[in-house]
Amino acid sequence: MTSPVSFSTSISRRHEKLIRVCLFCCAALSVLTTGAIVYVLLSNAIYAPGDKTAFFERVSLTEFLTSAQWKPAEGDKGRFGIWPLLSGTMMVAVISSLVSIPAGLGAAIYMSEYAGARERQILKPVLELLAGIPSVVFGFFALKFVTPWLLKPLFGWLDVKVSIFNSLSAGIVVGIMVTPLIASLSEDVIRSVPRSLREAAHALGSTKYDVCMKVVVPAALSGILASFLLAFSRAVGETMAVAIAAGGSPMLALNPLEGSQTMTGFMVHASTGDSAADSISRMSMYAVGITLFLLTLVINLISGWILRKFREEYQ
Amino acid sequence: MSKEKQVLSVPPSVQGVDRNLDTSLHPEAIDVRNLSFYYGDLQVLYDISLRVPERSVTALIGPSGCGKSTFLRTLNRMNDLIDGTRCTGECLVEGQNIMSPDVDVVLLRKHVGMVFQKSTPFPKSIFDNVAYGPRVAGERTRSVLNDLVESCLRKAALWDEVSDRLHTPAMALSGGQQQRLCIARTLATAPKIILMDEPASALDPASTDRIENLIGELCANYTIVIVTHNMQQASRVSHQTAFFFKGRLIEVGPTMKIFTSPTQKQTEDYITGRFG
Amino acid sequence: MSISLQETRVSFRQGTDSLLRRRLLHSRVFRVVCLLLTYSSLGILGILMGSVFWSSLSRLAPDFLSNHYSMNPVRCGILAGIWGSFWLVMLTAAFSIPIGVGSAVYLEEMASDTWLVRLIRINLSNLAGVPSIVYGILGLSAFRPLMLSLQTVFDGTRVVNVMGLFRVRILHLEIFDGSVLIGAMTMSLVILPIVIIASQEALRAIPSSIRVASLALGATRWQTIWRQVIPAALPGIATGVILAVSRAIGEAAPIMMIGVLTVASMCPGGIETPLQMLQDPTRLIAVPFDQFTAMPVEIYDWSKQPDPQDRFTAVAAAGIVVLLLVLLLINAAAMIVRARAGRNTQW
Repeated sequence: MTSPVSFSTSISRRHEKLIRVCLFCCAALSVLTTGAIVYVLLSNAIYAPGDKTAFFERVSLTEFLTSAQWKPAEGDKGRFGIWPLLSGTMMVAVISSLVSIPAGLGAAIYMSEYAGARERQILKPVLELLAGIPSVVFGFFALKFVTPWLLKPLFGWLDVKVSIFNSLSAGIVVGIMVTPLIASLSEDVIRSVPRSLREAAHALGSTKYDVCMKVVVPAALSGILASFLLAFSRAVGETMAVAIAAGGSPMLALNPLEGSQTMTGFMVHASTGDSAADSISRMSMYAVGITLFLLTLVINLISGWILRKFREEYQ
Repeated sequence: MSKEKQVLSVPPSVQGVDRNLDTSLHPEAIDVRNLSFYYGDLQVLYDISLRVPERSVTALIGPSGCGKSTFLRTLNRMNDLIDGTRCTGECLVEGQNIMSPDVDVVLLRKHVGMVFQKSTPFPKSIFDNVAYGPRVAGERTRSVLNDLVESCLRKAALWDEVSDRLHTPAMALSGGQQQRLCIARTLATAPKIILMDEPASALDPASTDRIENLIGELCANYTIVIVTHNMQQASRVSHQTAFFFKGRLIEVGPTMKIFTSPTQKQTEDYITGRFG
Repeated sequence: MSISLQETRVSFRQGTDSLLRRRLLHSRVFRVVCLLLTYSSLGILGILMGSVFWSSLSRLAPDFLSNHYSMNPVRCGILAGIWGSFWLVMLTAAFSIPIGVGSAVYLEEMASDTWLVRLIRINLSNLAGVPSIVYGILGLSAFRPLMLSLQTVFDGTRVVNVMGLFRVRILHLEIFDGSVLIGAMTMSLVILPIVIIASQEALRAIPSSIRVASLALGATRWQTIWRQVIPAALPGIATGVILAVSRAIGEAAPIMMIGVLTVASMCPGGIETPLQMLQDPTRLIAVPFDQFTAMPVEIYDWSKQPDPQDRFTAVAAAGIVVLLLVLLLINAAAMIVRARAGRNTQW
């Protein structure tokens, strides 16, 4: 060596390379996970390698998409139309949105526009606490409190019958569950609306209501919409609360006061049941799973896209 | 050029601003008496008294942090929006002390409009931006709004540029156009006084020119108070100039006098560029 | 709306304009509505806690913690669920924390902006939105068969020849369907995106001046990360990770899918008290491969019990009280970590 100082990579740097590779593998695991999920769903629902037969190799896609009945327990003579499960899921998700959108948006506006710093410091952890309560607890709350103590007296007074298991109670508690999600996401978005816009609105003779609802919320609308979508997708994928409160009877009737079964509820039901591993009723779980996966994925992608657009607008 | 008198070569004024106009004959639009202002315990304005004559332009100059923007923002009580601010003294607009607690800030701000340093178009269409003020004030009739939007955009010298795309997003306008839009939007609430907080500081020279000319046109009908750090601009557009330093109003007088023969040493130092 | 107001004197006094009076009323009502909506979630939290606690009173007794499942609601206890959840969370943390923090360090500190890294980032944000039950399918159809096929290796009959020197008999290990290990692997995947995102946020909060300063002193990239960045971010990482792991305690759906026990009268490894663990540490080896149940699964089962007298309601409620207390403790721990860190460091 001619030069006294060498800038070439030393041995100690080589083990850094190894660490780097290890950490990369950790990060790549998430891609592997997605790949595995997709593979498992596809290989059981669409095309099964080996001697198994996948769900759609036994049941036609037309049956799946057009039949109005879901009766997987009857084996090969059963009916496999996704609509009863999909309608159950949608009913719960829509009811939950009716609860969570006003509550979450109201909370977001209050926290960002009205609450002082100290009040916000109390409210945020409380909302986090609400978000941290497990789903089963909400299921219990729906079944043992919302239905008997809220819905039954309310609808009994109107002379309408409410079943013990019903979509309404499930929707309400799922709405409560996702409210903190909307509140915190929307609050972030609303707070990122530049202060100058608020000042300008005030300077034009706006009341606080005008500032909030005619300037700030419209300016943050796309971001708020993204939070609604995210909450909707969360409600679609919500499992335990719905499995407890909505019951287990897949029905196409859109009566929120009666029991229904959601896609997630069916999946729990099918996996805990004692049917054989390759029975058609077990395999149908994968078809439902792939529908659920695609549905939530699409909603999340749209939501993420909207949110990215919003962020670009305000840096 | 006599050295001790002419401390700065004063540029010609913009069209519409007659700097020789004796504004002391005008009735006063704003009469500030012994105004002090505090952020919490920190006092930022000390005992300020200032008369602003009607239908004239008053420029507030001074180094940054001197309190000129804060002062401007007390004139329509924008500082109310900041927690922990406090104000003593009086500020009479229309003969009423606007600092009094029974004043409705919404009415006040309709009467005393404001244009900000950074143009702040709402993420709506051009039309909706201008129509915002009248709409929140309860104006719903389409034809009235149409006429109003047109007249305000004309007054803000923007109509010719945007008349064919009123319903496109205001965010797509250039910086100078956005600022004129904000002026049009302010005009639409029918104020008598317009406060401008460095309205041209973020604009290129050509756009600045247009804003200055616009101020010249507007001062025939409106009372304008403008904060600027650009002394050339202050001398071009204003009848009266007030020099602020460290929260105090050092000197106020006709623009020509302030720029040619200031009585205070600090004013002269600032105007000749010795500091600030 | 005309401009020629010049001669009429405007009054700024409140209440002079009837339209404005209405607008201001509107504005005040709006504020109250928002306030009520915000505090209603607080109220609901109170009602939920209150009603659960109220229903649990008839079963909330010390023996609820020490009893196994029983058909008799008065004797039914949550012991198996507590141990099951404990082992599940321990193993889940053991899997997900190193991998999660490692991923975050890679993505925040090392990764260059290649398409692969971008793919990982996009994928990560989407994984966080995948319903937990979908991970259950993965556990059911991938991890479960994988583990059960290991059974044939660990059947105790196989002998392995080590480098031709000596022969080792592989110990007999019974791997159960629905074991803690399968549950923990599944659960790790569920919380991995949350762990990664929380750690990324903690790392991002560290000012880059620290990195630059360390690099400028001649430290290598990894030395900088290991000696400067990670210690500085540790409180933030710890807080996020604790909260993420606490999610695993309340989650039931994914482990329901892998065939966890709903009615269990045994604890993994047969360990029922901490003392037993110390007396016979060999039992620990069996824990990951044993069947288990978890608190939320038991609560689900109790809630669904078709009991005409509603006697299992109290059992389910008592289970919820225990579960919520555990979560509360964990949350408090996370908050303490956060508060401590906030006191010591000020960027």
